[in-house]
Amino acid sequence: MAERTKAHELAEKQREISVSEFFAKNRHLLGFDNPRKALLMAVKEAVDNSLDACEEARILPEIYVELQQIKEDRFKVIVEDNGPGIVKEQIPKIFGKLLYGSKFHRLRCSRGQQGIGISAVLLYGQLTTGKGMHVTSRIGPKHQAHYFEIHLDTQRNEPIIREDKTVEWKREHGTRIEIELQGTYQKGKQSADEYIKEIALINPHAQIIYKTPEKETLTYARGVTDLPKEAKEIKPHPYGVELGVLIRMLQSTKAGTISIFLHNDFSRISPQLASEICEKAKVNPRARPSTIARDEAEVLYNTIQSTKIIAPPTDCLSPLGEEASIKGLKKEINAEFYCAATRPPSVYRGNPFLIEVALAYGGSLEKEEHVKIMRFANRVPLLYQQGACATTEAIIDTAWKSYGLNQSKESIPVGPVVIVIHMNSVWVPFTSEAKEAIAHYPEIIKEMKLALQEAGRQMASYIRKTVKAREQQERVNLFEKYIPELASALSGLSGEKKTLIEEALQKVLKKGLKELLAEVKEAEKTEIKGKNVAFGEKQSTLGELDGV
Amino acid sequence: MVFKKEDPKKALKELGDKLIYQINKGKNPEITFPLRNLSNIVYDSKSKTLKLGDKMGTRSFFNVAHAKKFLQTVEVAAVIKDKLLGSGKHSSLRDVFYMTKRTIPGTNVNLVDEQTESDKAIEDLEVITGLSREELHVNANKNGSVAGKVIIEDKGDIIDWSRLGSGGWAIPSNVENIKFKKVEAKYIIYMEKAAVWERLNEDKYWAKNNAIIISSQGQTTRGIRRLLQRLYEEYELPIYVLCDGDIYGAYIYSVIKYGSIALAHASERLTIPGVKYIGITMDDVEKYDLKKHFIKLDEKDYARIKQVSEYDWFKDNKAWQRQFKMMKEFKAKVEIQALSARDISFVSEKYLPDKIKNKEFLD
Repeated sequence: MAERTKAHELAEKQREISVSEFFAKNRHLLGFDNPRKALLMAVKEAVDNSLDACEEARILPEIYVELQQIKEDRFKVIVEDNGPGIVKEQIPKIFGKLLYGSKFHRLRCSRGQQGIGISAVLLYGQLTTGKGMHVTSRIGPKHQAHYFEIHLDTQRNEPIIREDKTVEWKREHGTRIEIELQGTYQKGKQSADEYIKEIALINPHAQIIYKTPEKETLTYARGVTDLPKEAKEIKPHPYGVELGVLIRMLQSTKAGTISIFLHNDFSRISPQLASEICEKAKVNPRARPSTIARDEAEVLYNTIQSTKIIAPPTDCLSPLGEEASIKGLKKEINAEFYCAATRPPSVYRGNPFLIEVALAYGGSLEKEEHVKIMRFANRVPLLYQQGACATTEAIIDTAWKSYGLNQSKESIPVGPVVIVIHMNSVWVPFTSEAKEAIAHYPEIIKEMKLALQEAGRQMASYIRKTVKAREQQERVNLFEKYIPELASALSGLSGEKKTLIEEALQKVLKKGLKELLAEVKEAEKTEIKGKNVAFGEKQSTLGELDGV
Repeated sequence: MVFKKEDPKKALKELGDKLIYQINKGKNPEITFPLRNLSNIVYDSKSKTLKLGDKMGTRSFFNVAHAKKFLQTVEVAAVIKDKLLGSGKHSSLRDVFYMTKRTIPGTNVNLVDEQTESDKAIEDLEVITGLSREELHVNANKNGSVAGKVIIEDKGDIIDWSRLGSGGWAIPSNVENIKFKKVEAKYIIYMEKAAVWERLNEDKYWAKNNAIIISSQGQTTRGIRRLLQRLYEEYELPIYVLCDGDIYGAYIYSVIKYGSIALAHASERLTIPGVKYIGITMDDVEKYDLKKHFIKLDEKDYARIKQVSEYDWFKDNKAWQRQFKMMKEFKAKVEIQALSARDISFVSEKYLPDKIKNKEFLD
């Protein structure tokens, strides 16, 4: 008998780790770092899925969210939508298996990307309460609604069906999930409340009803009745494909020749361009893709990278547009001025993307504090890791002083402003699986800055015109209030009638008003801060400007 | 600036008429008067007094920077004319503040927010009209005590300054209408500290030396300055100033002698070019062995020494420059009461009589 080595001993302990087991132990990688965030993540994953499903089915979303506090640290999360529903056979896998979904293998603007989210919620709920997820779904009025209770077998990464039955449901189509999990409810920044408010802002076509743990029902009404433009699915652009991916694609393609493969499986490669690439790479265009060796593939890859190929099509993007951005902002933020800028599409690493910025200024917004930043990726609010996000870098790098805000060096500007910044792309590059911060690609940051500047200029022009004019108007009003006081004092001094003096003073004010308004216009032309407009004359040295 | 001996009511009416005239002509009403900041204070070496220079400032109503101050000035003028001059009553600065303080209808702006604003408006009116505050029936709080062989008449009451016990006569802010009935005293000691005055009064210094003793607490008020001036001018009494041996004492002395920056417009009726400084001098420190009672100078003191020593009226005064130099060398100051270390009555029995006998004064 062969000698039993230490390696044999170790080999007994070596076995495959299931992806579910891995995430069960590393739940922070999916965003379940703490109980407060866990509650937010559950709401987020469910709502994101609902919105994606509705939009794909071209249904105006109506979403109901309810948080019930069961014990101090235990909550029941309920999310219900009017989406297309899910066919019975798919339900257990979609909710009870990690990395199962429709979104990973295609390039299309959607909220979800990896197929982890909602099953991670189930995993977390099961881990902290031992209970599974209750799913009800109905795909149409002629079909019955199905109800499942699903658990997740973490070792095999497979769903376990505890209950499976048809039920009566008043909805014609839609999906409802219920899950219990350990969590904490706390208001404010990074709360479920804030998430819902922001998702309503960036999805003005959705109606959301939210019942808080305090049993308050908040209705976020629709701001626009048009669904966002349908986002087309696109093939990968050759520039965005890495060597390993190219090799995999060569093995799995349905195309019979290299030439057809290049033309069919990528965007922006015409038959002529395909033969040109083959020629340059010294690859037979008639060769079967699966026969291409690794070395040849590398040559092919390098050739593709050095060939001039036009940018990917951008009809795959689905921006809100300036009008909807402003409508969304208006319904959630109480300010006096709103503006927006949607940039034309651009490309990073072969992926089309587009940046949108919307600004709210003034009104009830805090004047002395840092501006409020609301970050979004494909219409999903990003509430964590603001500091690590490319959006923050772009905002800090923008010179807000020239747009009428205060800003100290290398920091977020100060002023009564909300900045909404949205990245829309077939593939948003996040810094981690928890999808909290956008990675710092120079192409992306450049576009963000351009969008911020465009919107910033609109805001600056408003500040210049309206705010400065209003300040002048306030001063004129103040003179009007002072006139009766001065008239009565002068009447006391000289014995002249008060009304006569008042009339004469009003005349002087009217005469001077023209000069004042002329100076306001002048100030607008020159600089935002403007000069301090004295009334019809230069200020003398006497006295300093007091709070008139 | 010469104080016109004219009817204050008439002067204020003229101010009002002038402004109404401008308004009726469609002009932005304005008041022009000498600037009262440091840049417009001139030391007149001939008369040895601080005076206002000839820089003029203009304050107009329809100017965002001036409107409120303009309104305050006119409002205070109206209040003085109507409520004080009209009724023949006098009031304090504080009263004027309350008589003008109110919220302007339809705004959240107060006509005056703090007393300093109405005080400033009164000072402005003095400059504008050439009338003193007292002539406008506004008095400051009474401050300071006096004792000595003098009999006066005030509002019909006969007061003997030698028969007022431990408190002395409290000096009112307006001494214009006091009549001196009998003045036997031969000189005046003015001191910055009430505690030293009480020592001299208890020791009956004024009786033993046939002097008048006068004190304030800190700043010398207008009333005291005017009282000193009248005794100096009407009875030619020498005045000796007794202060702490520090830069602030030197400045108190200089205000009495040359005038102050804040009241440069009233110098004529307040300054007394003939006063002399009796102590404490830096020479006293050695002579009376006061070094052990030194108080260390701080940064503020050094800065003030530099500032005061550069004033026009001290700049060329060799005796004083020597004092300032010694202050810096000692790095210290000394209080009048340090003399009490030798004996509680040392100041009244030895220090002052010796100094006066030997004519040891600084000019």
